[in-house]
Amino acid sequence: MKIFLIFMSAILVNNFVLQRFLGICPFLGVSKKIDTAVGMSLAVIFVMVLASVITWLLNGLLVLMGLSFLKTIVFILVIASLVQFVEIFLKKVSPGLYEALGIFLPLITTNCAILGLALLNIQNNYGLLETIFNSLGAGFGFGLALILFAGIREQLDFADIPKPFKGLAGTLITAGILSMAFVGFSGMIKL
Amino acid sequence: MAKEQSQLTNGMFTNNPIFVQALGMCPTLATTTSATNGLGMGMATLSVLIMSNIVISLIRKLVPDKIRIPVYIIIIAGFVTMIDLLMHGFLYDLWKTLGLFIPLIVVNCVILGRAEAYASHNGVFKSILDALGMGLGFAGALLLLGSVREILGAGSWFGIPLWGDAFNVFIMILPPGAFITLGLLAATFNWMGISREERKKKKEQAAKKAGETA
Repeated sequence: MKIFLIFMSAILVNNFVLQRFLGICPFLGVSKKIDTAVGMSLAVIFVMVLASVITWLLNGLLVLMGLSFLKTIVFILVIASLVQFVEIFLKKVSPGLYEALGIFLPLITTNCAILGLALLNIQNNYGLLETIFNSLGAGFGFGLALILFAGIREQLDFADIPKPFKGLAGTLITAGILSMAFVGFSGMIKL
Repeated sequence: MAKEQSQLTNGMFTNNPIFVQALGMCPTLATTTSATNGLGMGMATLSVLIMSNIVISLIRKLVPDKIRIPVYIIIIAGFVTMIDLLMHGFLYDLWKTLGLFIPLIVVNCVILGRAEAYASHNGVFKSILDALGMGLGFAGALLLLGSVREILGAGSWFGIPLWGDAFNVFIMILPPGAFITLGLLAATFNWMGISREERKKKKEQAAKKAGETA
């Protein structure tokens, strides 16, 4: 039951993008079209789960050696090399999937949601199973926000927006209104 | 001297990392619930930016081109760990409120961006100036955003009560407030830029007319 709560809370209550502000760059950058938003979300979910499992295991090792202050350096290196590895692996094994996710993978290294999630799992003292479900939830939450937002932006293309609000400003305010909807979920699940 | 000055103002205004380049949005939105937090985050980022720019500029000729990005990331992560530990030791309350976002300075695109775009091609002194300009631009934007949100949302500034509970827009402190405030600020700067250009155009046209009649 607790695992289910962690999963739901990561999607809705503590939505990574709209409540925790992690992964804003891809959220603003690749949300112009629904197709690319779906591709990006899939890539993020995939890397998130893989990265947080590996960093969880590594953290155990670091704690054993009494080096836990090194975790930021170790995690970012692991994530960066993992992304490269996944890219090479997918290219060889499944060219179809590589075609679909390809361009989004390098962008993920600088996505703070991945490192943030890895650090959050450690901070909350999650076990391996909880880590996996929290990562899945975070990934789905990211995808949900990204795809919803892409849908809104596709419609907004045809709207007549005042000149100063074009571009970044209007995008941010739209995100604010979407975020307001997610505030409604706050307090629904208490962990 | 003028050149150095323009380098500083470039980061602070003309190419402001937040309002113009839209880099490093995550900490900007997340940590500006009050002016103190915004300034604290800005200063932490500024110090990491200056130190990493110095080191990267010093070793720019030693690092092979192919592995430069991982090397930069390690250097930045090292400084971030140092700041993290220092803040834990000396500024515990601030460290606690900023929480996750201090280690996340590593993935702040402003820092890696300046390392890659500037410090890896330029001398130490110039890199320090560049870091100072960009860092102050970043910290200034965070301070501005934090101030607006704190004044409107909590009726205080740097924790000093201005009008207390008399007028509070509570949503400003919540996550949507961050998006909306930054959006409105960006729109204001856009509007200022647009009206300045229009005035310039009018002046030019007026000058042209004057030239024609003469």
